Order: sequence, then C-alpha cells, then structure tokens
Amino acid sequence: MNPAIRRLSRYLTQHIDGLLLAALAALLLAGLFILYSAANANMDRVTNQLINMLVAMAVMWVFANIPPHYLARLAPPAYLIGLVLLIAVAQFGSVSNGARRWLDVGFTRIQPSELMKIAVPLILAWYFSRHEGALRLHHYVVAAILLVVPVVLIVHQPDLGTALLIVASGFFVLFLAGLSWRVMITLALVGLGSLPLVWSMMHDYQRDRILTLFDPARDPLGAGYHTIQSMIAVGSGGLMGKGWLNGTQAHLDFLPERSTDFIFAVFSEEFGLIGNTVLMVLFLLVIARGFVITMHATTLFSRLVAGAITLTFFTYAFVNMGMVSGILPVVGVPLPLVSYGGTSLVTILLGFGILMSIETHKKLAES
Amino acid sequence: MVELRDAKRERRRFLLRLALAAVCVPLLFGVLFARFFYLQIVKHDLYHTLAENNRISVVPVPPTRGMIYDRNGVVLANNYSAYTLEITPSKVHGALSQVLDQLSKIVEITPKDRRRFRRLMEDSRNFESLPIRVQLSDEEVARFAANAYRFPGVALNARLFRNYPLGKLMADVVGYIGRINEHDLQRLDKSGQTANYRGTEYIGKTGVEAEYEKQLHGTTGVEEVEVDAVGREVRVVSHTPAISGDNLVLSLDTRLQEVAWNAFGDYHGALVAIDPRSGAVLAMVSKPSYDPNLFVEGIDPQTWKELNTSPDHPLTNRAIRGQYPPGSTFKPFMAVAGLALGARTPLQTIDDPGYYRLPGHTHRYRDWKHGGHGIVNLHKAIVQSCDTYFYSLAHDLGIDNIHSFISQFGFGKPTGIDLPGEADGVLPSRAWKRKRFGQQWYEGDTVSVGIGQGYDLVTPLQLANATAIIADNGTVYRPHVVSYIEDSRSHKNIGTSTEPVRHIQIKPGIWAVVRQAMVDVTHPGGTAARAAKGAPYAFAGKTGTAQVVALRPEGHRDGHKVDARHRDHALFIAYAPADNPTIALAVLVEHGGEGGSTAAPIARKVLDYYLLGKKPTPLEATAADDHESGD
Repeated sequence: MNPAIRRLSRYLTQHIDGLLLAALAALLLAGLFILYSAANANMDRVTNQLINMLVAMAVMWVFANIPPHYLARLAPPAYLIGLVLLIAVAQFGSVSNGARRWLDVGFTRIQPSELMKIAVPLILAWYFSRHEGALRLHHYVVAAILLVVPVVLIVHQPDLGTALLIVASGFFVLFLAGLSWRVMITLALVGLGSLPLVWSMMHDYQRDRILTLFDPARDPLGAGYHTIQSMIAVGSGGLMGKGWLNGTQAHLDFLPERSTDFIFAVFSEEFGLIGNTVLMVLFLLVIARGFVITMHATTLFSRLVAGAITLTFFTYAFVNMGMVSGILPVVGVPLPLVSYGGTSLVTILLGFGILMSIETHKKLAES
Repeated sequence: MVELRDAKRERRRFLLRLALAAVCVPLLFGVLFARFFYLQIVKHDLYHTLAENNRISVVPVPPTRGMIYDRNGVVLANNYSAYTLEITPSKVHGALSQVLDQLSKIVEITPKDRRRFRRLMEDSRNFESLPIRVQLSDEEVARFAANAYRFPGVALNARLFRNYPLGKLMADVVGYIGRINEHDLQRLDKSGQTANYRGTEYIGKTGVEAEYEKQLHGTTGVEEVEVDAVGREVRVVSHTPAISGDNLVLSLDTRLQEVAWNAFGDYHGALVAIDPRSGAVLAMVSKPSYDPNLFVEGIDPQTWKELNTSPDHPLTNRAIRGQYPPGSTFKPFMAVAGLALGARTPLQTIDDPGYYRLPGHTHRYRDWKHGGHGIVNLHKAIVQSCDTYFYSLAHDLGIDNIHSFISQFGFGKPTGIDLPGEADGVLPSRAWKRKRFGQQWYEGDTVSVGIGQGYDLVTPLQLANATAIIADNGTVYRPHVVSYIEDSRSHKNIGTSTEPVRHIQIKPGIWAVVRQAMVDVTHPGGTAARAAKGAPYAFAGKTGTAQVVALRPEGHRDGHKVDARHRDHALFIAYAPADNPTIALAVLVEHGGEGGSTAAPIARKVLDYYLLGKKPTPLEATAADDHESGD
C-alpha cells in the first residue's frame, strides 16, 4: 500500500473506535431502511437523512480527535454560550407548535437546548474533576444549580422531553460522581412532595400527555391517539413482523410522526419481536462499549463524561421505545440514530465522538 | 495525602455505581422486551384484529329536531322512527333502473316513488344515500334483509321522520322541512353552520320550521367509530352526544284554528286572530292549503306541479303573503286619522248625495248606496260604511297625512311576525307611486284610498294587527306565533317578548268614538247586524268588500249574480269583548261577495268558540279532511 494512503488512513482512523463505530453504523443502517418504509418509499427523505448522517459522522470524527483535556477546557464557554442562547430564545425565539425553542440566525434556526444536552454533562464533569478527591456536599449543591438553571429555561419553552433528558444526563454525572444515597433519597422524596406544585405549573398539553400515559383511552383523538395507534402497530407486528414496507398502520396513515418520534412503531410493526430484539441488542452493544470506555477512562472528567453520555444514550432509547410501546408518556424523544432528523443525530454522534476521543487518547493521558 | 485516598475511594465508588448502572440497563431493556412480548405475542391477536379493522371514521350524530306544540300542548310537529330503503347511486352496480326493477319485486315501489326518487337525485349529490321507499312494513324489511346481498349500494336504515299530525290545518303556520338543497347549503355556509349540519339531511323550508330552524335543529354530536374494511361499525371510540333541538310552543289554539278552518266551508280565504293584549296569534288560517307531510320525503314532481301551478295557490300562506284591497275595513283607521289630525270632529256632518266630486271636477266617486246616506257624521259613516264621507275625509287629509298617520297601524310594511316571507302590502304615498309607476300622485288617487281601494293593499295579518291596535287603544305589539321556546340545554322556557312595541299617541277620547261606532256596526242598523244577532257578548267590527279590480263587469252590483271568480272579496275585522277585548281578528273570504254576509259569520263562529267555548262543528271533524273537494 502506498505509504501516503496508509498515513492518511491512519490519520483518519486513529481516534475512531472500531467496535463502537460498527454498532453505531448497524443502527444507522437499520434507521435508513425503516425510514424508507416510514416515508412511503420516498427516497428524498432517505437521501436527506444520509446527508445528515455524513455531517454527524464528520462532527463525530472532529470530536474524536479533540483530546479530552481540551474538551474540559471547552466546557465552561460552551455552557455559558448555551445559557446565553437559551435566554435569547426566551426573549426573541421563534414560536412553532406553541413552543419557543428556536433561535432564528438568518440562514438557519438553531435550538440551543440541543447544545445543552452535551454542555451540561461536560460542565458538571469539569466542575467535579476540578474538585477531585475533595468532593463535599456543597460541590453537589453548586452542580445542582448548574444543572437546574438551563433545565428551568428549557421547561419554560416549553420542551419537557429535552428538559427531562438534560436532567437525566446531569443526574448521571452527579450519580457517578458519588452523590450520597441519603441525598438522592431525600431529593426523590422532595421531588415526590413537590409533584403537585410541578403539576400546577405545567402546560395543559403536558398534563394531557401525563394523564394520557395512565389511560390512553381518555383522549383517543388527541393525546392518546398516538399511543393507541403505535401500540396497535407494535402489537400487530407479532413475532416476525409484517415484513418490510408491509406495515398497515404506517402506510394507512394511522401512525403519527412515523418518520421521527414514532419510527420505532413502524420498525416494530414490520419486523416484529425478532426485529425489536435485534435492535435492542444493537443498542446494548453500543451501551456496553460505552461502559467499557467509561471503565477504561483515566481521568475523573473522562469517566464522568463517558458514563453520562452512555447512560443518556440509553435513556433516549429506553424512553422512546417505552413511549412507543405505551409504558411511558409521549414526551417527544426521538429514537437515537434511527429517527429522522439531523439535529439529534449530530448531538448523539458528537457524544460518541467524545467517547472515542476518551478511548483513543487515554494512552496519551497516561503517558 | 488525604486527597489521594479520597480520589481512590471516589474511583471505587464510581466503579460501583457504573456497575449498578450496567446492571440496570439490561434490566430496563428486559422490561421493554417484556412489554414487546406482551404486545406482540400475548396480545397479538387483539392488535392484529385492531390493525386489520382500523378505519376510524368520524360519524356525525344528528340531533333530534325539536317538537312543535300548540298552546295547549297539542302536537303540531314531531318525529317518528321508521325503516327506509335507501340507495346510494354512486355505489350501485349496473343501471339504476334495473336495480329498481329488481327491488320492486321484493319491496313495493310505485311509479310515484320512482318519480320522487329521480327528483331527489337531481337535487343531491351522487354519494348521498337517498330514500326510495319510506315506512317499510316489517314484512318488507324482512324480505329485503334476506336479499340485501344482491343489492350493493342499497341499504335499510332506521331514521327519524318529521310528522305533521294535523296536516293542512296547521301547514301555513308550522311549515315543513325538506331535504337540504344547494341553496340551503350556501346559506348554511354563509352563516357558518355547515359543520353543525353534517349528518343533517333536512332543513326548515317554510313557516315556523324555517323561521326557528336554528332553535329546532339542535347541536350535532360526533361519534368516532371504528369501521372495518367493508364499512361495518366495529366499536365506538368516542361519543359526544347530540343536543336535541328546542321545542317550540305556539300561541295558536288548534281547536280555534279548526273552528275557523271549518267556518270557511268551501270558501277560500284567510283568517288571522290575535290577542290584542300581547300580539300573540291565536289562529291563522289560509285556505286552501296542502299536506306538509308530502314534502318531508321529497315530493313527487307531479304532485308538486299540481300544487305549484294550481290557480288556487294552496302553497301560499294568504294570511301573510296574500295582498288584498282592505275595502271598507280601512275606514275605522281613516276615522282615527281624521279625528287625530283634526280634519273632522265627531259631530261634524256631511250631506251625502250618493257620490263625491272633487272640487272643480265632474267625475263622480260613487257611494255603494244609491241616493246616499243623507246627513252623515263619523259614527254613522262607520256604522253604515258611508263611502262619500271617507272620500271627502281622504281628500281633506291629503295622501301625505294619510300615509304618515296610518302607517302607525303597521300598513305598508311587514309586521315583523316570526314567519318567513311576509308581504309588505301597500300603503300608497307620493314616493311609492313615483317609484312603482314613475308617475306623480293625483288628487283622485287619494279619494279611493279613503275607502281602502285604489292602490291600498293589505295582508290579512296586517289587518288583524291593525284591528288589535284599535282594540288595545293604540298599543302596538309585534305579532308572533311562537309563544315560548323550551331550551333543550337549560330546560328553561324562553318566552317571546309580549312587551308593547310603541303607542299611537292621540287623545284617548278618539279611540272611544271609533270603537263605539265599530260596536254599533254589529247592532241593528249596522252592516254586520245579521251576523252578530243573538251574541251574548258585545263585539266591535267593520265589514268590507274589496273589488276584484278589472275583472268585474260594469253594472253588476249584486255580487251573487256574477261568476264566482269575478265576485268581490268579502272582508270583516272584529274584536271582542267590546270593552275589554281578548281577541281581534281579520277575515278575508276570496270571492265571498259582501263582508257582512260571508266574512262576518265566520268571525262570529270564531268569537263564539273563543269566548263561549261553543263549537259549531264536532271537534272530531278531522282537519286533514279535504274541505276543498267541492270546488
């Protein structure tokens, strides 16, 4: 082989984790196939998503090549910029579907809450790693404030799904950083106790979604419609599924949002329990690899970031599949790597870029 | 080195927690797997069926139309459930006529049904389900059900039908409903009612049914049903019930209406009776009439043509749409104007030579009585219906004064009754003549207005309403046929306003003068003495005869000798009891000749029944009987 090409290939792949990439690629491929079906054999959507994937892959590659200690340095400015943008959204954001989530910057719209999905675990990990070995309760309090401020802003947009995911990612950092069980149990009790207050502050559609979780039939045309139809799709798939492109629920237009949040229902209908199992195994492979990387990670910052990203990824997948199968409320969380849409794909692959960076830079850090 | 120890402990704790998470993740995925197993294996049959049958359709639930009652609770319009055989033309396989031939072997289909169906098809869209036969017998239902598979696009349906138990007796007031046509759709669209009429096939076309359409219709409900591939209902997903239309209670008294109807005998004409204390219409007759039940299912073209082109105009409500010269019944109103405007005093007299001549003209305006009435004051002019007196009064008042004063009685404009299609009538004025004929007003025009001829045209309702105004000393009410609405949501009764609209402000003594004269019309020497003979109550009236202009051959004074079609219209207005009136009415008998001999006896029968409960005919005489058959 030509040494130049060998050098180039080495340059391109030296910070790529092969195992992780293989599992991710399998999921992305499954996503493309099912998107083709969900979009009624519309190749345009598939092409679009392919472009999204290439962009996200490029972002992943870039972040895989950024050493973790640079990332730690990037965390505070990223978090501050995210915070400023969130405040800007609250002030001048554009409204769509009754929610103010986007910031119009001329050529495109950006969603600062998406940036926060990465920035929050980074800043928390950065904060804890600065106090490594001397963590006291007040550090957890500061961390909690760092977490709560953007979450409150996002809840107000309102974007309950994203807020919950950010809370989850932040919580994972706190949890892995060793937040004491006593505090966690106390917080859980306080949280339960404040439920009525939270309830009173919620938007009607959010309450609807929660009420409908417990009884989808109470609003079969509104909030419960999605759940009922997707449960029918999943259930009718059976063991083997109806076969690719043969899902009636999807193709007779009964499934809403079937390219995005409910794409798993289409998958489930067409590939059945066997397909679901394969998909879950692929997710588990990604997560398992994430855990391994986390375990190998050499610094506290890396450990916390890798663990939080892995667990957040799991949360995405679990919440989406739970929502589609009717055990969790419809909170508007896409199925990671499978759902159509560029933004979440970029965020997720960016996260895995960081994981790869942690894995591939650890020797440098050790040395 | 504390920090290092801490770091070590933190590291251990971290690994412990990571291990905990690593255990949780597969566990939670296990939960998901269990859920998938439950949905896809355990409940697969259910969801498979649901998916197979999944056709959720939104079915409007049309509300039940409100009922209509008379003041005593007699049902005037109700709904009944019956089986209909319906065809959706777009779903029929093969030629429609062949399908109909096949059908007629199972269920009787008359040529009339076919004609009616063809007409329905012209009026509606192809995908609508249209009734070919209504009110199927149980046997027919069973026979069709057994053969239904042979007839795609043909279906049995249980539907609510509108029924008018009293038929033509109340047709002109109650009106009827008919299938919604293109015109109705446009109207509904404009008023933003289209959504509420999804699933509704009928709409009020005339009468109270049209005027109170909004209240009678109610609010359409929605049912979300799952239907399978063949369109069969599988289960109801959600149900928003329809809200029935409001019931209406009319101020009319069916028995009084029947008495009035029968009193006409073979005559055509109209009668309106009003409670002068509220404007409530007690009876409203228009003869001949029609059976409104014919329209509910779509009328067959032949019957429609007969009704529509009949010279007797059975479809026209004469009481509010018929316009007639008021003749001498106009005189009491002229008298009030003359006294109120100071053109006459009660004692002032004229010498009537039997005609009136405009100053400086030679043309003679004849009195009905050859040789005249001699010395005549206002009282005698009303009692004996002296034309000459009112010719001169009209001339002295002038058309401008007549128009402006008498319009206070509601002539020349709709009374505002709660029925559609009310005619304006004509209370002539200079402006009106210029607009209508492009001509100026002549003095001679004014003269004939004085006796209710010439350009004067009134509807029987206007005449009854004006009589009620005299009966209540100048208090004007808005005539109405609906007494109150039973709101179907709140179950409260919403009454029609019975507050006075305005008062005619004149000296109170003037009413007494005119009213006394009208009472004496019914006394010996008055024009209605014969009809009033023996009445145990005092009543006031005024006769009238309206020339059927231009048709009347010269020289024939006695109406009975001319051909019935050319005979004068007979009119009579009355109110009773004279000093505390509870009823005011106007009777018009087409080609009835003299008011005193044909119209007044009808009024007498109505008053006798209303005030004394006296029934001229057995109540059982069914209203639907064809009283016109003698024509």
